[in-house]
Amino acid sequence: MSIWKYANPAQFMRTTRWLLPWLTALAVLSVGTGLIWGFFFTPDDFRQGSTVKIIYLHVPSALMAINAWLMMLVTSLVWLIRRHHVSALLARAAAPVGLVMTLIALITGGIWGEPMWGTYWAWDPRLTSFLILFLFYLGYIALWQAVETQDTAADLTSVLCLVGSVFALLSRYAVNFWNQGLHQGTSVPVATGGRTVADVFFYPLAISMLGFGLMFIVLVLLRTRTEIRARRLQALLARERAAS
Amino acid sequence: MIALLRRDLILAIRAGGGFGLGLAFFLILCVLVPFGVGPAPATLAKIAPGILWVGALLACLLSLDRIFQLDAEDGTLDLLATSPLPLEGITSVKALAHWLTTGLPLTLAAAPLGLLLNLPPQATPWLVAGLALGTPALSVIGTFGAALTVGLKRGGLLISLLVLPLYMPTLLFGAEAARRGAEGLNATTPLLLMAGITAGTIALMPFASAAALRMNLR
Repeated sequence: MSIWKYANPAQFMRTTRWLLPWLTALAVLSVGTGLIWGFFFTPDDFRQGSTVKIIYLHVPSALMAINAWLMMLVTSLVWLIRRHHVSALLARAAAPVGLVMTLIALITGGIWGEPMWGTYWAWDPRLTSFLILFLFYLGYIALWQAVETQDTAADLTSVLCLVGSVFALLSRYAVNFWNQGLHQGTSVPVATGGRTVADVFFYPLAISMLGFGLMFIVLVLLRTRTEIRARRLQALLARERAAS
Repeated sequence: MIALLRRDLILAIRAGGGFGLGLAFFLILCVLVPFGVGPAPATLAKIAPGILWVGALLACLLSLDRIFQLDAEDGTLDLLATSPLPLEGITSVKALAHWLTTGLPLTLAAAPLGLLLNLPPQATPWLVAGLALGTPALSVIGTFGAALTVGLKRGGLLISLLVLPLYMPTLLFGAEAARRGAEGLNATTPLLLMAGITAGTIALMPFASAAALRMNLR
């Protein structure tokens, strides 16, 4: 399977039409399992009480907020280097989903922070870098909306995405310098393999993370298909205007 | 390049462009803040470094859309693009002209305005050094924002949104340096980190700006 084959929108539409129902079912199943298991069938934490259950929304959405930007970076590069049209559309489709994920992470974080830290918001490095990420998403989407020529818009947003990624990384480490954190470190360090979350909490969390990943893919594919249809419609209308 | 620089400077000064606007905004902000937070010297001294930095940044934002807008409207930009000078050079010169007309005056004005805000005297050198080192980055990054939005009718608001997160590291280190200076600490570390960001942006951003400009002119 080569990604270049899917530069052809027709091929992309054929494959995703077949793929989408399965992915949707899987996503619903794993999000449902993760959340229901997490909310109703795990014990309360001995110190945090039942607020700990926010983790099943908070962590997966934060994870996807970052990964969505990463995916936009890759697809933007693919567009800039090889003029892969579907790739540009995928980047465009991912942005609002990433924005909502960032928002969910920020809001659930605030709701969780209030009982635990005594405040909805603190200028903690992680919180601040998420706010910056949120601004990046807003700017990216606004630029897509503002530029009328589609290919130019794809070019410009790709450049913005590249430059923005560098600055996002920069700010992520700059804010560490600025304020000491209230937010805990990662609970599931992938690099070392160890984890500080007990198994009872970890399994539903892992399923929920998987589910959010699948949900993200489903939403992006769906939005991309919509966008391709919209462009076909535009092309049709333009042809009819030219004919009449 | 020098001819272009001179032309931009003359236009900025004589046509009443961003030159006075940024400075006036900075002045207004520094005069209004004491009315807003009260005249207590201790409070003012505490917030002065931050206010001066935020003011300089906002004043810089104010004149960004002028960098390419007028040239794009009357076609000068197309001529420049077809001239033997590479677009990277043009964007660098534009950024330099923007800095000379906003960043530099703001840096110079910061010291006297610091008096208005009761900035501790030991913080003034750090603040001025920070602004001198940091405002070039603001101009270069701003030029990138202006290059992205050059073809748009209402680019002004969009530039602010695009450029805002990009300004974050510079503002953070600059204000941190001034704050440490105000508390009598040594502020070399944030200053050097900011200088690093400035050097990096000056080296790399003209390429990104030129790329964006090329896409917009195509």
